[in-house]
Amino acid sequence: MRGPSPCLSSRDGGTRAPARTGEKTEDDVRTKKLVASCAVLAAMLLGSGQGRAQSQAKSPTLDTIRQRGQLVCGVDTGIPGYAYQDASGNWQGLDVAYCRAIAAAALGDAGKVKFIGTTSKERFSVLQSGEIDVLIRDSELTLLRNTQLRFEFPAINFYTGQTFMVRKSLGVQHTADLNGATICLLTGTTLETNIADYSRAHNIKINTLLFDRPEEAFAAAESGRCDGYTDDGGSVAAARSTMKKPDDWMFLPETISRQPLGSFVRQGDDAWTNIVRWTHSAMLEAEILGITKDNIDQIKQSSSDPQVKKFLGLEGDLGKGLGLDNDFAYRIIKSQGNYAEVYDATFGSHGLGLPRGQNNLYSNGGLMYPLSWY
Amino acid sequence: MVRRPSARARAGQWLLLAAVLGVAVFLGGNAAANLARRHMTFGFGFLFYPSNFDIPFHLIPWSTADTYGHALLVSTLNTLLVSAMGIVASTLLGLLVGLMRLSTNWLVRNVALAYVELVRNTPQLVQIIFWYVAVLQTLPSPRQSFRLPAGMLLNIRGLYVPDAVFGPHGPTLAWIALALLIATPFAWRLRLGARRIGPYALTLLPVAAAVLVAGVDRLEWPVLRGFNIAGGTAVPPELVALWAGLSIYASGFIAEIVRAAILAVHKGQREAALSLGLKPGRVMVLIVLPQALRIMVPPLTSQYLNLIKSSSLGAAIAYPELFEIFAGTVLNQSGKEIETIVIVMGFFLVINLITSALMNLYNRRIALIGT
Repeated sequence: MRGPSPCLSSRDGGTRAPARTGEKTEDDVRTKKLVASCAVLAAMLLGSGQGRAQSQAKSPTLDTIRQRGQLVCGVDTGIPGYAYQDASGNWQGLDVAYCRAIAAAALGDAGKVKFIGTTSKERFSVLQSGEIDVLIRDSELTLLRNTQLRFEFPAINFYTGQTFMVRKSLGVQHTADLNGATICLLTGTTLETNIADYSRAHNIKINTLLFDRPEEAFAAAESGRCDGYTDDGGSVAAARSTMKKPDDWMFLPETISRQPLGSFVRQGDDAWTNIVRWTHSAMLEAEILGITKDNIDQIKQSSSDPQVKKFLGLEGDLGKGLGLDNDFAYRIIKSQGNYAEVYDATFGSHGLGLPRGQNNLYSNGGLMYPLSWY
Repeated sequence: MVRRPSARARAGQWLLLAAVLGVAVFLGGNAAANLARRHMTFGFGFLFYPSNFDIPFHLIPWSTADTYGHALLVSTLNTLLVSAMGIVASTLLGLLVGLMRLSTNWLVRNVALAYVELVRNTPQLVQIIFWYVAVLQTLPSPRQSFRLPAGMLLNIRGLYVPDAVFGPHGPTLAWIALALLIATPFAWRLRLGARRIGPYALTLLPVAAAVLVAGVDRLEWPVLRGFNIAGGTAVPPELVALWAGLSIYASGFIAEIVRAAILAVHKGQREAALSLGLKPGRVMVLIVLPQALRIMVPPLTSQYLNLIKSSSLGAAIAYPELFEIFAGTVLNQSGKEIETIVIVMGFFLVINLITSALMNLYNRRIALIGT
């Protein structure tokens, strides 16, 4: 059995009904009431950790978000590039742009996001418990997190790997020369294991100092308590930007791990996973099609390219299959821009000055390869 | 029905107990059901898995190939170390400041007052981070280490003291020294014929020290090599900052306990002692403090328990204690969230219950007999 049958039938009726006719029939009112009470029921089920797999296109997570009128997105507590609050308290960063893009797609308004800053320790627990709808928090995709924590990774939005930053005055050129050095890093991550593996493989000893929060780790690195700092490439660039004299620090060329970072959702809600996956894909597709935040309205009016027309929802029914309307991709790009624009503003030339490297489109020698839309 | 108040109270207590047990069973069942749904298993077998991470400061040997269980032991010892150091330092500091608060000298009295208010009214985490940053900012880099007497080096990486390297018989002799140390208080009570041994037992201590020194093969001096100091044993700045943060914070509260306890000793006691011709210092040590101690011990116990629990704040400044290593790194790497948190809570509970039991034992010994 899958719960009370009026719920299911009314929800099915909801999808079949034509979009907003404007008239309110008695049936509509009854349906609305049912939908509301079912949504509350669903929310209660989810809240008590009892959400279950639904095989239809309907997504309990999406229903909850619509009912709430807000996407709850788990991000980093504060790290330049990925997610941080600027001087006026607004969230900025690559991960933040993804949260807003999902809200634009799912709710039609990129502003309807509640950001929850999560530490590396608690991030997965809050997602598992249903406190957040999606986790986009410079988190690495691993087998353990897939199988033991039961998460799905719809999209990789940043390819990086663990790198080291050291003081130039140290005179070290390569990671293998770090024998005896002390490195500051954040605890509760895969970084510790990577260093231990690397040290054993190269028969050297790298001492580590494990911090709970980036602020103290940066302070310790700044004061010279440790010889270097390690994290994924993007975070090291962010750390360097917070140093008093960034020029005193240099990146070591080696990358000792592969770290694909991306968005996490709970397993069991495939329709919601799809929405998160195609939001990312829309940002890449727009870059390939040459659509930007600024030219999108002009292209929408003038373009005769069928691919562009389908992408922007002028033709075809691409959005329906996701449980969204057809111009969801338009809203994503209109509010956030394509991937290149977002990267540029956060990590690229208008942000931390990190070359795009692996995060380039495949056609420019990178790893970003959008899925096919048509 | 139940008329007698005592019977009614007892029935109420049984009902409450039943309700609490019911809630516990419900929560446990809920957790078990949720774990099963997520295909997560509950068990402590992971303690035998290899850990594969580094613990920067350890009292017993540690390598990245050791198990999670060994990491638990290493981090628990680190917690015990800083807690013990903190309890000793906060008691001495608290006693001093508490006495200063009662001084007749205006300056001394008000310096102590300002200290207590400042320490009591700012968050402890902020204080710990302050000490950490303050300590780090003032110390030089390893290449410009301060040279201290006895071959010690002080720099931003810590205080380096010469290391004693034991010879082949070192461990055996060290155990003998430890046995002598433990035997000392027992020897104190023994009788040799009609005479008590008493203070003569203290001669065992230098003997123990001599035995220990006899086992030392050579001293290893700390020297600069590469980036860091090699050789010797390092006291890391994290330990010093956490120690300072814990002891200073607790000392503010202990000072007030000391002051209150001294004021609670009846005025007549002091006057009687003074009229016998005792000097004020002797009055304090011989008459007032022993009586104040009886009042102090119970609230002091709470302060010690608080201090032990607060040692988990060391996670903020990279001191590898129980909470950081076990509820941080191990939790994340093993994916055993409930188990690691249960273990950490259990360990803190046991440490605190033992502390509390020892303090209660002490309290019973110093309590007035027959009251």
